[in-house]
Amino acid sequence: MRRYFGRKLLIYLVTFFLAVTIDWMIPRFMPGNPVQNMLARASVRPEAAEAMYGYYTKAFGLDVPVWKQYLNFWVALFHGDLGTSVYLFPQPVSKVLRESIPYDIFLLLPAILLSWWAGNKFGAFAARTKRLDNTLLPIGYILTATPYMWLGILLAWAFGVVFDIFPIAGAYSFSMQPHWSWAFVWDVLKHWFLPFASLFLVGFGGWAIGMRNMIIYELEADYSHYMEALGAPRKLVRKYAFRNAILPQVTGLALQLGVIVAGALVTEVVFSYPGIGYLLLAAIQNQDYFLIQGCFLFIITGVLLANFLIDIVYVIVDPRIRRGMVGE
Amino acid sequence: MWSRSKRFVSVLVIALLAFGALAVGQVYDRNETLYVSGAAWGPPNDWNPFITWSKANTTGTIGYLYETLFMYDPLNDEFIPFLAESGEWVSDTAYEITIRDGVMWTDGTPLTAEDVAFTMNLGKDYAALWFAPMWNYVINVVAVGDVVRFDFTEEPLYQEFDNNLYNIPIVPKHIWDSKSEADITGGANENPIGSGAYMYETHSSDRNVWLRNDNWWGNDVFGVPAPKRIVDARFSSNSVALGSVIKGDVDLSNNFLPGIATLAEKGYVKTYFEGAPFMQAANTAVLFLNTTKKPMDDAAFRRALAYAINVDDIVRVAYANLVSAASPTGLLPSLAKYDDQAVIDELGWTYDPTEAARILADAGYVDVDGDGYVEAPDGSAIALEVTCPFGWTDWMESIAVISDSAKAVGINIEDVTPDYGSWNTALTNQTFDMTLNNWANMSNTPWTLYNLLFNHPIKEIMGSGNFGAYDNQELFDLVDALAAVPTTDLAGMQAVCSDIQRIMLSEVPMIPLWYNGLWAQYSDSVWTNWPVDGSNDPARLPTTWSGYWQLGGLLTLIELELANP
Repeated sequence: MRRYFGRKLLIYLVTFFLAVTIDWMIPRFMPGNPVQNMLARASVRPEAAEAMYGYYTKAFGLDVPVWKQYLNFWVALFHGDLGTSVYLFPQPVSKVLRESIPYDIFLLLPAILLSWWAGNKFGAFAARTKRLDNTLLPIGYILTATPYMWLGILLAWAFGVVFDIFPIAGAYSFSMQPHWSWAFVWDVLKHWFLPFASLFLVGFGGWAIGMRNMIIYELEADYSHYMEALGAPRKLVRKYAFRNAILPQVTGLALQLGVIVAGALVTEVVFSYPGIGYLLLAAIQNQDYFLIQGCFLFIITGVLLANFLIDIVYVIVDPRIRRGMVGE
Repeated sequence: MWSRSKRFVSVLVIALLAFGALAVGQVYDRNETLYVSGAAWGPPNDWNPFITWSKANTTGTIGYLYETLFMYDPLNDEFIPFLAESGEWVSDTAYEITIRDGVMWTDGTPLTAEDVAFTMNLGKDYAALWFAPMWNYVINVVAVGDVVRFDFTEEPLYQEFDNNLYNIPIVPKHIWDSKSEADITGGANENPIGSGAYMYETHSSDRNVWLRNDNWWGNDVFGVPAPKRIVDARFSSNSVALGSVIKGDVDLSNNFLPGIATLAEKGYVKTYFEGAPFMQAANTAVLFLNTTKKPMDDAAFRRALAYAINVDDIVRVAYANLVSAASPTGLLPSLAKYDDQAVIDELGWTYDPTEAARILADAGYVDVDGDGYVEAPDGSAIALEVTCPFGWTDWMESIAVISDSAKAVGINIEDVTPDYGSWNTALTNQTFDMTLNNWANMSNTPWTLYNLLFNHPIKEIMGSGNFGAYDNQELFDLVDALAAVPTTDLAGMQAVCSDIQRIMLSEVPMIPLWYNGLWAQYSDSVWTNWPVDGSNDPARLPTTWSGYWQLGGLLTLIELELANP
């Protein structure tokens, strides 16, 4: 057991190092110069532009050789310093992330978990139930195949503008300051619902279809036929099929949870919901090295952590892995 | 187990109820609050008035919070004394400003001539401040009593100086003189202390909230701004902005919303003009041509292109009539008195594909290999790109029209939309062929536009204008001469402008195409008396864009009235 996790941990550490290095390199390979872009809109006299360019290049630590920038990056990282954002100068990247990431988690965690749970339940239930298979699953296919942008705008237009039930922008009303009251909590939930619902619907369709197909596959497997031949009740056969079918879904869940901080870009644009997705897009467009690095650092850490958790979960849910470790 | 969770729930309920009781005064009264949008591009990042390029995100930092010595009203071409009570040239090289009496910083300290002199001297001490070049021709700035005296070298740049008078924000000496260089040039300046009509109240990543300063000195001079609070919302897409205006959640939207002409005609929203172009003109969209590349280095080619572009199609197709075609000189309607009509009649151009084809043929651009596109006189193929940043939908459609109309006369130009970052780098490093740009605001002087178009000297990186690196010393000398004409000398300015326009229209270093609108659509449901064309009130700018408060935008707020008091 210790050897299993020791080896896994080593692999994760090496992966982390390589991924963070690539994360550092890629923005720097993009054509363009972030400081120049930042100052371009200042539209000042050439003399001033030159002085400003030199000054701010130095302020961002971009005046030293590239290898030294790389070393400085790791040193700063171990001090918990992610640098200063260029796009949101002079805000520190860590502050920008701290203010945005809670929104992503608040939106995506319930959406991913609930759609996974409900989708799997429904998919398993619908498989081989002729009427559901013929009616509701096509809807699932349509939902997952819908261009997300379009679904979001449609929801916002219908429920926000036409029926005027839900607000269409922001995480809470523009007429409120955050405070603890029922009115405010209710307001936050109302703003949260449409973005959540759109993410849930699309996720739900995908999980349901996946689960249905997996169950059908498992029901065709030899062990299912053998159990049926032995006269096992239908319910028991399906229970075993479900247990086997859930394994790949668990992996899928881990991958979704890993990219949680950047997973809602389009939602954030369509519903004008604050979060890291939209910032990441702006950071890339503005070649904000530091903000790109910071966002991806979270994504890398998230993916690795989620994978590690799944490794542990697998030990619990999949007896074959347990056996394998004991048998070593 | 059960009892424990029950206890937890009851504690939670009690706690929430207790919080609920604290919730007084956290919700803004609709009748006291003005909701605006369309100014901020990103989350609020700083309240430092000297970091000019981010001020769009906290529009109001200059205007609400920090104030300038003068306001300039471009529609009536008039300087309005603001923090200054008056200002005058006491000689050709000395200017004196009397500071208004009774102006207070919001911490209760009086604003004095000392603060003004201190602010101006920051430009001398720190080269990274945008107004540092003023010190090339300013010798010293001192406060004597309530007067600030500027002493100049023999050759003051009057035009730029006048521009600075309504653009340099005055900061409190007693707070800023203990700040380090890094804090002055790049500090976030949280919880700022200003002197203006509104104070910083709060912000989050999608909004800025400003609270009226009831002790503002201007209450007695100009009147009290109507809204107690201004909430400046940032929306991440146009569809949200449009929805919010239609719902009446936003009173004034300064976003560019493509379908607004239809909505205005149906009465959903109000605009400045009742018919096309609906919006006032804010700046000129100019097609910069990279004159360091062939064939853009050939004036005949550039001239042919100017005749080839169907600007009416851009106005109609890309903008649905929200803009109007620009004068070939590029000067805004508010600066039309500097247009020399005789020069325009002689050398100007309008859309005329036949004439474009004729000029091309005369200059030796003919289709040799029969592919439908002309080749250069030396026989080499011509394949060019016209660019704008991806996602700027109105410009993307505009460059598609440019590409189509160029192809119609046989010039092979494709429209390409790179990401903003790489577009920007190509722009300043002369690695583009032709591209759109509009970085000159409304101004008191044509020099502002010429400083963008003919920025000089030519360097490797052209960061603030003349992106096509058009090199013409005679023209540069004229722009410098214009900068040194006193702003009171109208005839002198017109004479230099005429010379500049003669060169500009015969050489066609770049092609002014249309006036970008001062996008503004307003709802009458809560606030009324918005600026509209032909009303009895003096014309004002209905905008929240950064840089426009001191162009009279603030006075718009003072004139607002409640629809249902």
